[in-house]
Amino acid sequence: MEKLYTEQPSNSEQLKPREETVNFLLNYSKALKIIPIGSLNFETFIN
Amino acid sequence: MNIKSLSDAQLVRNYISGEESALSILINRHQQRLYGFIFSKVYDRDATEDIFQDTFIKVIRTLKKGKYNEQGKFLPWVMRIAHNLIIDYFRKNNRMPKFKNNGDFDIFSVLSDGSSNAEHKIIHGQITNHVRLLLEQLPQDQKDVIKMRLYQDMSFKEISDNTGVSINTALGRMRYGLINLRKMIDKHKINLIND
Repeated sequence: MEKLYTEQPSNSEQLKPREETVNFLLNYSKALKIIPIGSLNFETFIN
Repeated sequence: MNIKSLSDAQLVRNYISGEESALSILINRHQQRLYGFIFSKVYDRDATEDIFQDTFIKVIRTLKKGKYNEQGKFLPWVMRIAHNLIIDYFRKNNRMPKFKNNGDFDIFSVLSDGSSNAEHKIIHGQITNHVRLLLEQLPQDQKDVIKMRLYQDMSFKEISDNTGVSINTALGRMRYGLINLRKMIDKHKINLIND
């Protein structure tokens, strides 16, 4: 069967994560504190 | 020196030493490539978003715990984490209970939206055209009867009146027309089935 080439693919939409996802990661990073006690690492979140 | 021109390794070092803005630059620098990589595997926007987020959560925790191995390069390391998470995603999906037809009863034989999809519509259109082309190859009298009966929905009485032949002759022409059509289809091995 012939292929249809009448519809052009949209290049306007680039593959990028949502802004909220990136903001969440940046906030997560700011809030995460690792406290090493002996050989163990404790994770705490500071709001 | 402009912070944006720093190498990945330098940004990672800055981030580990407490400079949060370095992470933002690393994410911005590699987000498109990483996101594209994940999407090319899972073909699902929401799943891509989740895996992208989980990848960087792992990156952040590893860096903050000081477990990052400087030997490797940053992006290949991040891609490897994403790759492992993609494998986990597919494993998890395989474990999810799915309905499978076991041969005794096919749920899709009773569940259907009733409308044909684009492919079927195109095939249907092609078949209709092929039948019309085949019809043109028939002798004129047979072609006329079939066209009047099938395309104009005329009764044999009306066809008989229109063509000036008896009903039996019209019936005969219809019959021979259909036989000839079948012969042509068989001879040229034309597939007119839309399944």
